[in-house]
Amino acid sequence: MTTKPTPRVRVPAKAAAGEVIEIKTLISHEMESGQRKDAKGAVIPRKILNKFSASFNGKPIFEAEWFPAISANPYQSFFYKATESGEFTFTWKDDDGSEYTAKNKLTVG
Amino acid sequence: MDFQGSGLSRRAALKTGALVAFASLIGTRLAFADAPTVAAELKKLYGDKAMAEGKIKLDVPEIAENGMVVPINIEVDSPMTEADYVKSVHIFADGNPLPGVVTYTFTPACGKAAASTRMRLAQTQNIVCVAEMSNGTLYTAKANVKVTIGGCGG
Repeated sequence: MTTKPTPRVRVPAKAAAGEVIEIKTLISHEMESGQRKDAKGAVIPRKILNKFSASFNGKPIFEAEWFPAISANPYQSFFYKATESGEFTFTWKDDDGSEYTAKNKLTVG
Repeated sequence: MDFQGSGLSRRAALKTGALVAFASLIGTRLAFADAPTVAAELKKLYGDKAMAEGKIKLDVPEIAENGMVVPINIEVDSPMTEADYVKSVHIFADGNPLPGVVTYTFTPACGKAAASTRMRLAQTQNIVCVAEMSNGTLYTAKANVKVTIGGCGG
């Protein structure tokens, strides 16, 4: 049932200098909360994405620490003030230590 | 339950099924008497520091039909300059087995201290939001969400 998480990110390709753009991200992940029990009554171990972070040209801009209360296939949107052209890096950290990344280019002008 | 001939849609049938499944879980939730509370979490973070109302626009539905996916949107009023910006925002749900929902860390580069996500809510409860500004002042906001079908984190 576990599929490899696939990040999906929506960033405008172009922005005017000083424009505040909205960035929308979505990643497929079951976000197992560690609260559920299986048919035998045993607790299903927690496995969530615990941290989402975004950086632009290597500089961190936004971070979200997620707790088990975040829904499956977590969605996260936030804003960024465009000043220069460059590349976004989005990183999702899994409880099991794996990391998923996505990169998006932004042209300012 | 008799679905036959009752004209229930597939959606309604699924919802009823989910309700039955979660009803049993809600019972076990109430046993968490010594679980961390929102007040305790806030004390751990900020001690007894005073918090003012305002500045935060906490946007949650008044009634959430499905506790598994409840949209939450926050926006903190701030110029977001190097001198004056929103450092972090903590969001808690006081009726969940674990109160933490999400912690945002903003930077002046965000341009706007706003973010939205989707959360799970086990039952009807209050959402508490605390924003810390760059100068250390704290603002808080609270909203009640009525949950028809609990999310129970599962």
